[in-house]
Amino acid sequence: TLNVKKKKNLYICVLNLTISVWPLPQIVIPSPERYQLKPQSFSFGYRRNLDTKHSCSVLDAAFKRYFSILFPGYTYANLITFSIVFTLTISLDRHDCQGYPNQDSSERYKLSVFAGQASLNAETVWGSLRGLETFSQLVYQDDFGSYYVNKTEIEDYPQFNYRGILLDTSRHYLPVQAILKTLDAMAYSKFNVFHWHLVDDPSFPYQSQKFPDLSNKGAFHPVTHIYTQSDVRRVISYARMRGIRVLPEFDSPGHTKSWGKGQSELLTPCYRGDTPSGTFGPVNPTLPSTYQFMASLLKEVASVFPDPYIHLGGDEVDFSCWRSNPYIRAFMHKMGFGLDFSKLEAFYIEKIVNITSVLRKTSIVWQDVFDYHERRKFLSVVEVWKQGCYLCEVRRVVKAGLRVILASPWYLDQPGPTHNWARYYNVWPLAFKGTEKQKSLVIGGEVCLWGEYVDATNLSPRLWPRASAAAERLWSNERQTSCVERAFPRLQEFRCKLLRRGIQAEPLYVGHCKHEYQSG
Amino acid sequence: MNNLLGFTFILLALGSCRGLQDNDVDEEPELVFQPSKYGSLWPLPQNVQISDVSLKLSSSSFSITDAKESGAGASCGLLQLAYKRYYEYIFGGAKKQKVNRNARAGPTDLLELQVWITSPDSECDGYPSVSSDESCLETFSQLVYEDEYGTKTINSTVISDFPRFPHRGILLDTSRHFLPVKVILTNLEIMAMNKFNVFHWHIVDDPSFPYLSRTFPNLSQKGAYHPYTHVYTPADVKMVIEFARLRGIRVVSEFDTPGHTQSWGKGQTDLLTPCYSGSKPSGTFGPVNPILNSTYEFMTQFFKEISEVFPDAYIHLGGDEVSFACWQSNPDIQKFMEQQGFGKDYRKLESFYIQKLLDIVAATNKGYIIWQEVFDNGVKLKPDTVVHVWIGSGSNSEISKVTAAGYTTILSAPWYLDYISIGQDWLNYYKVEPLNFNGTEEQKKLVIGGEACMWGEYVDATNLTPRLWPRASAVAERLWSAKEVTDTGDAFSRLSLHRCRLVERGIPAEPLTPSFCLHEYKGI
Repeated sequence: TLNVKKKKNLYICVLNLTISVWPLPQIVIPSPERYQLKPQSFSFGYRRNLDTKHSCSVLDAAFKRYFSILFPGYTYANLITFSIVFTLTISLDRHDCQGYPNQDSSERYKLSVFAGQASLNAETVWGSLRGLETFSQLVYQDDFGSYYVNKTEIEDYPQFNYRGILLDTSRHYLPVQAILKTLDAMAYSKFNVFHWHLVDDPSFPYQSQKFPDLSNKGAFHPVTHIYTQSDVRRVISYARMRGIRVLPEFDSPGHTKSWGKGQSELLTPCYRGDTPSGTFGPVNPTLPSTYQFMASLLKEVASVFPDPYIHLGGDEVDFSCWRSNPYIRAFMHKMGFGLDFSKLEAFYIEKIVNITSVLRKTSIVWQDVFDYHERRKFLSVVEVWKQGCYLCEVRRVVKAGLRVILASPWYLDQPGPTHNWARYYNVWPLAFKGTEKQKSLVIGGEVCLWGEYVDATNLSPRLWPRASAAAERLWSNERQTSCVERAFPRLQEFRCKLLRRGIQAEPLYVGHCKHEYQSG
Repeated sequence: MNNLLGFTFILLALGSCRGLQDNDVDEEPELVFQPSKYGSLWPLPQNVQISDVSLKLSSSSFSITDAKESGAGASCGLLQLAYKRYYEYIFGGAKKQKVNRNARAGPTDLLELQVWITSPDSECDGYPSVSSDESCLETFSQLVYEDEYGTKTINSTVISDFPRFPHRGILLDTSRHFLPVKVILTNLEIMAMNKFNVFHWHIVDDPSFPYLSRTFPNLSQKGAYHPYTHVYTPADVKMVIEFARLRGIRVVSEFDTPGHTQSWGKGQTDLLTPCYSGSKPSGTFGPVNPILNSTYEFMTQFFKEISEVFPDAYIHLGGDEVSFACWQSNPDIQKFMEQQGFGKDYRKLESFYIQKLLDIVAATNKGYIIWQEVFDNGVKLKPDTVVHVWIGSGSNSEISKVTAAGYTTILSAPWYLDYISIGQDWLNYYKVEPLNFNGTEEQKKLVIGGEACMWGEYVDATNLTPRLWPRASAVAERLWSAKEVTDTGDAFSRLSLHRCRLVERGIPAEPLTPSFCLHEYKGI
C-alpha cells in the first residue's frame, strides 16, 4: 500500500494509507477488518514467559494512562474476569523496568492487531511505551460512540535516537505542572529527550544542595520561583515513566548573569578604564576558585540527573568584559594567548569538559565551542543551532568525527501562522554529502522553545502541534513522509487527538475538532 | 447624558508612606522596568493624583457600598454583582467574611468604597449604548497592591476619568473556528479589565454558521461544523449579551453579506449564486444571489429576528471582499446586469444588493456598521452609518474621505492582532494615533473609536486568550487615555504589572519580555 517514486529530487508519494498514527510508523499493513473494543472487557496483559514473569511498574502505570486515553472517562481496574474479550498482550525481550532510558535504548516494537487480540513485542520497556502510544492512536470511535480498532501489522523504530524538546526555565519560570504537561504531550509525539535549559542570565531557579545561594539570590523569587530537589526528582521520574530522558543544561561561561548573584567572584568584573565598572561579564576563567566551584556544582548535577549526558552550553560568549579586565589580560599574556580571547574560552571549556568526563558524563556543547576552537578532540556531541546553512555546519562537525544534534530548523519560539508547520516538516537532516558513517553521527534533532516571550500562559499552543511536525521528521522514514499535503490531514487528526487528551494544541487552519479544547 | 457608573470614591487618609512595589524584572535593552508613578493603572485615567499616604484594606472590614446620595441602590443588581466581582479580584478570591464594623480597625485602614451614581437614572436595567459612561470599579481595583507582608494596600488617590473614544471594541470570529461560550465569557471579563466596551461578534462567515436561528434553524443545522456541539443556541446568545451588559459591554453582531456566505448556502437553498463553468452550473456557489426576490424576503425575515435577539442599536452588515467571478459566470446575473443597465460594472450590482439590504435593516430601526468597501463603492448610506476602516494601506486617507463625506467611523486597520510577529509588537499597536489624518476638527469628531480584530484562521480556544492579551491592552489604552499618553517606557512598566494582574486573576495573558509575576499562571 505504500509506494514511493523518486523523481529528480522530489518525492512523489502515492499513498493509500488510511492509518492516522503520528508520527508515521516505519512499516504498516492496514486492513479494513475491524474489531470492537469495550471498556468493560478490555485488558492489558503480560506474555507469560520466563522473561516477563514479574509485572513492570513502568508498564503498569502506562496501562492506567492509556486506558483512560483509549476510553475517555473510564479508569483502568485490570480485573481479570471472564468477560475479557480483547487483550493487548505485551512481551519484552529484555525485562528491565528499573533503569532509565538512554541514548542507545532500543525503541523498536512490533504491534499486531489480529483475530480480535493485540500483541506488542519490544526489546525494551521503552519500545513497548512507543507501541502503546501507537496502539492508542489506532483506536477510534464511530458516530454511535463504539470503539474500534482495525486489523493492523506494524513494525516500527525511530529514524533518530535523539528526539528532543528544549524548554527554557530561566527567562520565564515554568511551574512544574507546565513541564509535566509538556512531558505528556512529548510522549504522544514520541519525543524522548527533555533538554532542560534550567538556568541562564535572567534567573537561576535550580535549588542547589551545595550552593543554595544560587537560587536564593539568583531566582526570580527564592521560594515560589525555584525547582527544589524534590521538584527535579519528580520531573525526572515523570519523564522516565514515559520513556523520556532529562538532559540538564548548565550553560557557561556566558549566559551566567544570574549565577553571579549567589556566588561571589564567579563572574568577571568588567572595567571601565582602570576601575571596575560594577557590572559583570562571563565566568572568570582565570581563578582556580572558579574550577573548584564548577567541579563541585557539576558533581552535584551529575548525581541529581541520572542521564549519562550533561549539556554544558558554551554559546554566545561576549569577550568585551574579559578584554576590559587587566587581570584577564595579564593571564592571557602569561598563557601566550595573545589577543585571541577564543583561546581563553577554549581553555575554560576544555577544563569544564574534563571535569565532566571525570564525573563519567558525556558533554554536549552548542556549536560555538566547535566553531571557535581548533582543538576539538575533547568534544563529543555538538548541537547545531545557528540559522543559515546549518547542514554545512552539520557536515563540518561529522567530518571532524563528532556527533551532532540538529536544532537550527526547529526554533519554535519564533511565532508564526501555524500553516508554517510545513517548514518544520520539510527538513532533511541527512541531506548533505557524506559517508554513511558520517551520517550515522547525526544522532537526532531538537525543537527549541526559548523563553523570552513564552511562559505557562502560552507554552502549549506555541509548542503543539508545530513540534509534532518535527517529531515525525525525527521518527519516521523520510521517504514515506515527504509530502506536506499527505501529512496535513493526519496532523489535523492528531491535533484533535491532542485536544481530546487535554493538550492545548493550536489549530493548523480553519476547521474544527469533534471535541474542542475545554478551557479552565 | 447618562451616568451609568460614574462615581466618586472617598478615601480616608492617614498613615505612613511607601512606594509602589517593584515585582517585575526586565532585560530588554530599550524598555527597562521602572516603577511608574501611576503604579499599575491600565488604561491610564485622564486625571490621576496618587499621594504617598497608604491605607490598608482588610478582607473582613472592607466593603463596597452605595453612597447615600447615589442614584442606584441595593436594587441595582448590576452594581451589586460588580461589587462582589471586584471584592473577589481585590482579595484574590478570599471568602468574604462577615463584615464586622466593630473589628479593631487601625487608623490606616480603608473601610469602605462608596459608589455614588450621580445621575438620578442609574440605567441599571438598561443596555449600554455608545453614549454610556464607564465603570470605574476596575480603576479602584487597580490601585490596590500588596505590600511586602502581603497586606492589601491602597494609596490615597483622586481620579477623575472618562474615555477618549466611546467605541472601543474587540472582534472575535466564531466561524473559522467555533469558540465555546465559556471562552467568549472569559474574554468579555478581560475586556472589562481593559475597559473595552464593544464585543464585535463576527458570528458567521464562509466556513461555518454557528448561530442557531429560530426562524431558519437549517442555517446552523446544516451550516455549522456540528449542529449541536458547535452552535450558539438562543440561550447561549442571551447569556453572552447579559454577561456583557453586566460589564458595561455592548454586543454588536455581524452578519456579513453578500460575500463570506458559503456556510449560509448549506441551509438555505437558492440564497447563493450558482457559478457556471461554460454554459453549465459548476456545482459551486458564489456570493448571495442579488437578483432574486426570494433573497430579499429571506433577508427581511432574518434581520427581523436579529434585530430582536440583539438589543444593540447597531448591526454590522459586513459587505467586504466580494468576489465577482461567480456573478460574472452566471448567465442569469449577466442578463439582469443588462436589464439594469449596469454594463460590466459588478460594483453596481453589489451596491444594488447592499442598498436593498440597508433599507431592510433600516426598517427594523437599527443603525448599521459596514466595512469600508461599501462606502468605497459609492453605496448611498444613511447619515448615521458607521464605516469600519480595515484595509491596512492608506487607512489615513480612507478615514479622511469617510469623515469628509460626513460619516462616523471606527478604525481597525492597524489593529489586526491575528497577525503575529516576534518581540514586543504591542508597541506598534500602542504608537498608533487614530486622529493622525488630514481633516478638520469636525471630521476628527467623527472618529468614534476603534477595534482590535482577532480573525480566526489560526485561532481557537487553545490560543485565543494568550494571543489577544496583553496585546489588545495596548489598543485599550490608545482608545481610552488622553492623546498625550505616549510614553512607551512608562506604558511598558504599567503594562507589565497589568499583565501580571491579569495572570493573577487567572487569565493566561502572555509575557512581554523575560520577567516574572509574583503569582504565575496556574491554569495548566
